[in-house]
Amino acid sequence: MILPSVLKYLNRFRSWRELKTASRDPLLLFTIVLILSSLVIFILYPLLSVVITSFKTGPGAPFTLSIFKEVISSAYLRLAFMNSIMMGLLTAVLGSFVGFIFAYALSRTDIPFKKFFHIIAIIPVVSPPFIGALSIIMLFGNNGLITYSLFKIMNYPIYGIRGLLLAQVITFFPIAYITLRGVIDSISPTLEDAALDLGGSRWKVFKKVTLPLTIPGIASAMLVLFIETLADFGNPLILAGSQFPVLSVQAYLQITGMYDLPKGSALAILLLVPSITAYFLQKYWVSRKQYVTITGKPTTSALKSVSPAAKWVLFSVCLFIAGVILLIYITILWGSFAKVWGYDNNLTLAHFKYVYEVGFKAVLDTLTIAGISTPVAGILGMVIAFLVIRKKFPGRYFMEFTSMLSFAVPGTVIGIGYILAFNKPPILLTGTLLILLLNFIFRYIPVGIQSGIAILRQVDPSIEEAAIDLGADSRKTFFKITLPLMVPAFFSGLIFSFVRAMTAISAVIFLVSSRWNLMTVQIMSQTESGRLGAAAAYSVILVVLILLAILLIRSILVFRYGKFGGTMLKI
Amino acid sequence: MGVKLVNITKIFSDPAHPEKKVHAVNNANIEVADGEFVTFLGPSGCGKTTTLRIISGFENPTEGEVWISGKMVNDQPPNRRDTSMVFQSYAIFPHLSVGQNIGFGLELKERPKKEIKQEVEKIMKVMDLKDLVNRRPDQLSGGQQQRVALARAIINRPGVLLFDEPLSNLDAKLRDQMRLEIRRIQQTFGITSIYVTHDQSEAMTVSDRIVVMNEGNIMQTGTPFEIYSRPANNFVADFIGRVNFFEGTAVLSDKEGIEVRFAGGAVKKIASSSGEIMDGGPVLVTVRPESLRLYHSQERKGFIDGKISKSVYLGPVVEYEIDTGSGKPVLAVTHNPVEEGFFKLGEKVTADFNPVSAHVLA
Repeated sequence: MILPSVLKYLNRFRSWRELKTASRDPLLLFTIVLILSSLVIFILYPLLSVVITSFKTGPGAPFTLSIFKEVISSAYLRLAFMNSIMMGLLTAVLGSFVGFIFAYALSRTDIPFKKFFHIIAIIPVVSPPFIGALSIIMLFGNNGLITYSLFKIMNYPIYGIRGLLLAQVITFFPIAYITLRGVIDSISPTLEDAALDLGGSRWKVFKKVTLPLTIPGIASAMLVLFIETLADFGNPLILAGSQFPVLSVQAYLQITGMYDLPKGSALAILLLVPSITAYFLQKYWVSRKQYVTITGKPTTSALKSVSPAAKWVLFSVCLFIAGVILLIYITILWGSFAKVWGYDNNLTLAHFKYVYEVGFKAVLDTLTIAGISTPVAGILGMVIAFLVIRKKFPGRYFMEFTSMLSFAVPGTVIGIGYILAFNKPPILLTGTLLILLLNFIFRYIPVGIQSGIAILRQVDPSIEEAAIDLGADSRKTFFKITLPLMVPAFFSGLIFSFVRAMTAISAVIFLVSSRWNLMTVQIMSQTESGRLGAAAAYSVILVVLILLAILLIRSILVFRYGKFGGTMLKI
Repeated sequence: MGVKLVNITKIFSDPAHPEKKVHAVNNANIEVADGEFVTFLGPSGCGKTTTLRIISGFENPTEGEVWISGKMVNDQPPNRRDTSMVFQSYAIFPHLSVGQNIGFGLELKERPKKEIKQEVEKIMKVMDLKDLVNRRPDQLSGGQQQRVALARAIINRPGVLLFDEPLSNLDAKLRDQMRLEIRRIQQTFGITSIYVTHDQSEAMTVSDRIVVMNEGNIMQTGTPFEIYSRPANNFVADFIGRVNFFEGTAVLSDKEGIEVRFAGGAVKKIASSSGEIMDGGPVLVTVRPESLRLYHSQERKGFIDGKISKSVYLGPVVEYEIDTGSGKPVLAVTHNPVEEGFFKLGEKVTADFNPVSAHVLA
């Protein structure tokens, strides 16, 4: 008598009803529970470990604010905090500005070499983020090609804010470009035509119509750039120098140099707070303000909203930026073949031989780790996107929130979290392949989730309902209907997370060991010990491997889905 | 293979305001007999699609029971229910060919490949889809997509076929044609069918019976004739087609009908009525525009007098609005205007109706 009335009472709660619905499909319930618990263990638990450690002087000690007091009372660490924030703001503004110029010029004018500019702007996205730093040292450092060989300047002060800012802008402006390109492309040119038609001058039209419509996009790009720059570890480690400390590097040095886990954790928290704040601003405020201006029939751009003079100014800026990027990559390529950079620039294969003989294991390790973690992260991302968009179950918002969180959490924080969380039983993973794999998988699922969610929002839910209606259970529906429809999103997510896995440094630098090492970590240590040639050779191999992988994934797509690949998305 | 809904209620809560509850379906009781074609008809938001999704299993009722062929199926997920749905958007799998789409259900049942192929061919012939087996869905016209969706549902020989506004994406001519086609195929296979639409002429064309819904409540259940000519209440009378309401008083009711005295003083005896009518109480009399006869004023004195205030020529008929000076204009329709002649704008007319075509509402 009691049980039925209890059940009836529980029926009033939505989450209970959803749980009941989900439990009719045991596989679905199992998947949900499995994913939720992994998110807790591999994303929340490490973060919590960092928080707890930063409030304790040692394991078992009572909670205290003394570590934060210590950090704040240190003028050097205060400076690191200010520097990080300043660097983030400067890169956000400058990077978005350059990105906007590229996006606007490529979307709204008919300048020559558009395709070339587009590729140039994408290259920094598919290469290790610290290639810029390495190259800048080779160009402007002590034996720098420009400073020393060209102008005979000794000890040009490239270390510090100047060099770092240049490296950050070059590294991160492509993200702003990609974001803003999407935004500007989606502004219907008829709006500009209408404004011109109403008698506005070109400049007025830009100022009153085009620019206001892109403001949310610009704000979004700036926040993303702020987050990325704040979290960046490779560029500042090489270029910042001791006069210009930044948080990510200081947190790393506290832990690996001083073995001061509490202080390192406290610095990580200082790094985490502004990142998370910017992330929430971006996700819940700015992204809601995006305009939708294309409705109904697509309109072709007539490209008349820019005057010829403005066009050539834009072209010159693009050409200059493209020149700088090319210079950076040519320098790396040349450096990998030069005997002793700056002194003896004759060509040699010695650096590649060195990499092959001494460090080839790092190459294989990197490929193994990226090769395993990328598809796992890709599938997991698709499954989470599917569950979040299509299924109702208690914990759905928690699942989306947690899995997207690693976008906002700087790698340094995650890396520290992993060594804190998994260096003792019950989960003892430090030094293993597994810890690297888990770190990559849970760091790069957001990419897959985002593209998965985007594509699922386009797929009519009744397509999946039709499959269920015809007798398919949730597993069959997912594998026979949903996944094939998500293939393009899956592969573009795959490419992106592969690139990120190959080029990651900030988190994994805490997790590598003698048994499992990574190319990025090798590049860093070669650079630090002054073997620029070897670092350049590693970088070249890394970029070539990434390009080969992208080619491979693309040709699989064309081979497997070529005929219908394009038509898949239309309905 | 009938369907029975017992006291079905569905309450949605607005995610933004959890305290705000919407009664999408309110205590609905519907029975659909084996082989019957029943349509849920109502304006958007009336709960018709929600009711259909409760039958298919895509929504769970907050309260009440769903019975399909004598079994309570509340706890069966949609994939185990003996129902097949034709979706409004067709929901054709874009990555599968026409043949693969149609054979999908049989493939899930792991029938032998050869048998599936035969079945698919057979149904495609019936559905007039020959030679399209290997086409991609995006190479099909709207009408063909519609047929594929129908074929995909029917090939499984479901106990119940469900239609969710299946024709709303087709152009007017094709819609008329597909209505008859759907009715023909339903009759051929004798499948119990439930059809959702907001289009009353569609409902009249295909259905054995119509369930008129509004704001989650069932307003009337009946044959197309009953729904149109003998509406149960104001809402049904007004929603189905166009109607004139005339106010009056029930003078005397007996076996043959009700004597109604109208506001203008005229008295008519009307046989058909709905609801509890009390002698001496106020009533509404519904008269369809096509049941009103129009006369030039000088010809005869009629039930109402007025001036033509609007006239719309539609070819086979002319629609008139008559201003009687009492607020709402009276609607009238005349047929075959070429022979019967026109009434001019502003012309004084009288109108009358035969009591057989009128209906009294309490």
